[in-house]
Amino acid sequence: MSFLSLTERDREQMLETIGVGSIDELFEQIPEGVRLGRALDLEPALSEPELVAHLTELASRNVDTGREISFLGAGIYDHYVPAVVDAVLARGEFLTAYTPYQPEMSQGVLQAIFEYQTAICELTGMDVSNASGYDGTTVAADACYLARQATGRSTVVLAEALNPQVRQVVKTYAPGFGLDVVEVPHRDGTTDPDKLRAAAGDAACVIFQQPNFFGCMEPAPDLAAAANDAGALPVAHVDPVSLGVLEAPGAYGCSIAIGEGQSAGNFQSYGGPHYGFFAARSEFIRRMPGRISGETVDSDGKRGFVLTLQTREQHIRREKATSNITTNQTLLALAGLVHLSWLGPQGLRELGETCLALSRYAKDRLADAGLELVFPDKATFKEFAVRVGRPAKSAIGDARAAGINPGYALGRDYAGLDDALLVAVTEKRTTAEIDRLVEVLAA
Amino acid sequence: MAATETYPDELRYHPEHDWARIDGDEATLGITWFAQDSLGELVHFEPPEAGSAIAKDASYGEVESVKAVSDLITPLSGEVIEINQKVVDAPETVNEDPYGEGWLVRIRLSDRGEAESLLDAASYRQLLEEA
Amino acid sequence: MKLVYEESQPGRRASSLPQPDLPAGEMPDALRRSSPPRLPEISEPELVRHFTALADRTFGIDTGFYPLGSCTMKHNPRVNERVVNLPGFRDLHPLQEEDASQGALELMWRLQEILAEVVGLPAVSLQPAAGSQGELTGLLLMRAYFADRGEGDLRRQIVIPDTAHGTNPASVTMAGYQLVDVKTDPRGNVDLEDLRGKVGPQTAGLMLTNPSTLGLFDEGIEEITRIFHEAGALMYYDGANLNAICGISRPGDFGFDIVHFNLHKTFSQPHGGGGPGGGPIAVRERLEPYLPVPAVVRDGDLFRLDYARPKTIGKVRGFCGPFGVFVRSYAYIRSYGPALREMSEVAVLNANYLLARLKDTYEAPFDRLCMHEFVLSGRGLKREHGVTTLDVAKRLMDYRFHPPTIYFPLIVPEALMIEPTETEAKETLDAFADAMLELAREAGERPELLKEAPHVRPVKRLDEVRAAKQPVVRYRFDAHQDPQDEAREPRPLEVQKGV
Repeated sequence: MSFLSLTERDREQMLETIGVGSIDELFEQIPEGVRLGRALDLEPALSEPELVAHLTELASRNVDTGREISFLGAGIYDHYVPAVVDAVLARGEFLTAYTPYQPEMSQGVLQAIFEYQTAICELTGMDVSNASGYDGTTVAADACYLARQATGRSTVVLAEALNPQVRQVVKTYAPGFGLDVVEVPHRDGTTDPDKLRAAAGDAACVIFQQPNFFGCMEPAPDLAAAANDAGALPVAHVDPVSLGVLEAPGAYGCSIAIGEGQSAGNFQSYGGPHYGFFAARSEFIRRMPGRISGETVDSDGKRGFVLTLQTREQHIRREKATSNITTNQTLLALAGLVHLSWLGPQGLRELGETCLALSRYAKDRLADAGLELVFPDKATFKEFAVRVGRPAKSAIGDARAAGINPGYALGRDYAGLDDALLVAVTEKRTTAEIDRLVEVLAA
Repeated sequence: MAATETYPDELRYHPEHDWARIDGDEATLGITWFAQDSLGELVHFEPPEAGSAIAKDASYGEVESVKAVSDLITPLSGEVIEINQKVVDAPETVNEDPYGEGWLVRIRLSDRGEAESLLDAASYRQLLEEA
Repeated sequence: MKLVYEESQPGRRASSLPQPDLPAGEMPDALRRSSPPRLPEISEPELVRHFTALADRTFGIDTGFYPLGSCTMKHNPRVNERVVNLPGFRDLHPLQEEDASQGALELMWRLQEILAEVVGLPAVSLQPAAGSQGELTGLLLMRAYFADRGEGDLRRQIVIPDTAHGTNPASVTMAGYQLVDVKTDPRGNVDLEDLRGKVGPQTAGLMLTNPSTLGLFDEGIEEITRIFHEAGALMYYDGANLNAICGISRPGDFGFDIVHFNLHKTFSQPHGGGGPGGGPIAVRERLEPYLPVPAVVRDGDLFRLDYARPKTIGKVRGFCGPFGVFVRSYAYIRSYGPALREMSEVAVLNANYLLARLKDTYEAPFDRLCMHEFVLSGRGLKREHGVTTLDVAKRLMDYRFHPPTIYFPLIVPEALMIEPTETEAKETLDAFADAMLELAREAGERPELLKEAPHVRPVKRLDEVRAAKQPVVRYRFDAHQDPQDEAREPRPLEVQKGV
């Protein structure tokens, strides 16, 4: 199978126009010594039906959330993606368009990005959003880079209760940025503002997560205040679908709000592609990484949209760019916009309340069954940590045998929690499913 | 709106398309007609801080159009004593009047001898022709 | 047309959610949302119409010819969309147990093997999310490699040609390296004289795209390799232009130590209006220990994730990378098999055909056959008629083509960078060439047609200066000042649709 459109006759005519006898002549500019000289050692081509059969076979060896009741979260969640998202993403124009550098060809994409930016600013209480970053981890690295340039300081402070992969990515980028990384340990599932203030004395920024990796609600306004007191930029890493019930970072003193967008509009897809969102106060607009869509008018005075402040970006500013990012996650961010529009403010609030109510139900039932919550005094959003009285891995094995994925083994990332599971409860879970979970864990 | 192409005789020029108007111990700096024409309509001026020291041949700030960023190269060393707020507020002033209203900074010179190495208008025009 | 917020009506709603009858969860007052986000209040029918109208105003490869240089805008096969949506891929959690993700792990492992074969380098990481991130990852690998050898402080410089994509220098800065530029000679190759003076013990490596952004294979590649390897430096290959040489030549064979792929260019991941992409890297064995974790490995009949990599640079992205992109690229490559070579041959044939048709009317800066793309200069039109490459690009829109890349690479004045790709039919190429020739005629006879273009898109030429000077980057609701209320002046349907 191939996707070529030329016929044999076309090729002959074209070679004649070019003035060469064969296609091989076109490659004479490649020195003999570096030519492969053999066929690629790849399996033979598959026809379309064979291809679908092969991929179907591979897919069948994955246990997806349609085949087990899943309480697995830890950064990626089994939320409901409405059918309108599929419908919009299937439009070939959105799917196959390039970055909108020629705005007259791409008003649809540019307006969609502008609407997405607006939605992110509304959720986070910020003034400017970009058109998306790669995911919830790399936007944290972006925030550190901006903070370094803006403050001139060369340390960043991360809460230990921030997602472990986010912290790991920041640490990978930090040496190249000339940044040192300091972590503030959690205490009983949340972060102590005084410890944060003490650690942030010469930090460019402080990054905390709300709700944090354990699902616990941090004292976020106090953490932001602590960072501000220390002269560091407060950066909140937030769950987009929590922002109907949890306060916006912009309302409690944060400079930057970032996060993983997957919960709003994307399927889990074994970890990607998804989208990271990045929003900031207006004073940082010229330091923003990534593309930004802005409103303007055309030569008739009609409203239109263009990529703006492009002088920040790599194709113009090159080695002094605010980021090297070019390709981003526009299509996934578009899915996020559609989902958030489908929800509306009422729906978003209800979604948050449902997650709160169902996870409370789960916590209560587990406690009734004699299982101990790891952080019983802390309010949680859609996830919480519970001790299962034996190694989490064996509890997971037994639960899965009963058709339930009970959650994430926290011992993989945190000391002293080998018997703890991180349990995520989204609006897709029912009380009956939760009862089953309790049954298998208590057994 | 844009000015016509001129290179006033009383100014001194730097090969990176910057000019200086020397006035005793002080000088006014800006960019030439060629520079503003290459960049297109300016949308942003990032000035140095008043009181800061700038060094000959080094960058002292930036100007931006929609499609380009350009370092401002100072023809002379000195201390920044004034920044043209009009250009900060309306960068297109540089396109309209690059040698008058579109001046960028005034400096107090630290080495008047540096002026010797700058180009006069005729030499600068020649440099443009050769490019 | 209106913004979705302008179509909002209080009380309207599209969503329906389960509403379990349960006591409310705990929400401390200090953390509670004080005022709701102003998301659209819109019904499903209105929502669908809104996004349909936006799609109507967007030109994709599905709509027409899209010859953006170095973007490789080839057709995106539909079977890839079908398989990526199989529930076993779409609904799989990335932290699912390994025994329950064997299909995903096997797909990734097989893709790694394929990519290794295509470029001739044995060790692959699929983790980077895009080409730029692949570049940064490659540079971080260099840092780790030289630090391990005690040469980290010595080797601070990366050499990049003046034709490089802007991402290359931007990545160099983010990796904490210093940039050294090298010139291009009149034949379009890296200037070897200039290069020799700039490479030495202070050099960590080279970043090169080959063929270059001029669409030319560097004739001096063997000598370049010798210069860098003699200096003990590494060579990084920017794979943006890999579409020209699959199955014909391999960067690993012509001396490169690190290669990144652009799955959204060469291997058909749809561009999605700006992304997603995928930027896997392939490296020489001696660089393998530093690759991001986890590694996807094969253990007999099983596939697993290996985190035991003490020298890894860490993680550059969450989980294993953009898995959905891997599914599409894997499916694409399995559709071709060894005939990937034919894909590249036709890409190069299509480009040379267009070059042959256009080079007498537009200036071709280099007197050579091209590879998968070529550069023309529009400076003749500017000199004779005052018509710029920008005007040419906007007028092409009226002919129902997406313009090529313009004003890049920087070393060619009034540049037009054209990459047709292999999926285009000869008739399309001829129609494009005919339009370009017609445009050159118009420039002489009726230049205002170009200067005022486009005429048939939903908007005329947009004021980018205003957008930069007075940035309006979100809707401000009651405070928003609409530059013109379009509702009062409905435009004719054909013009609204813009296609």
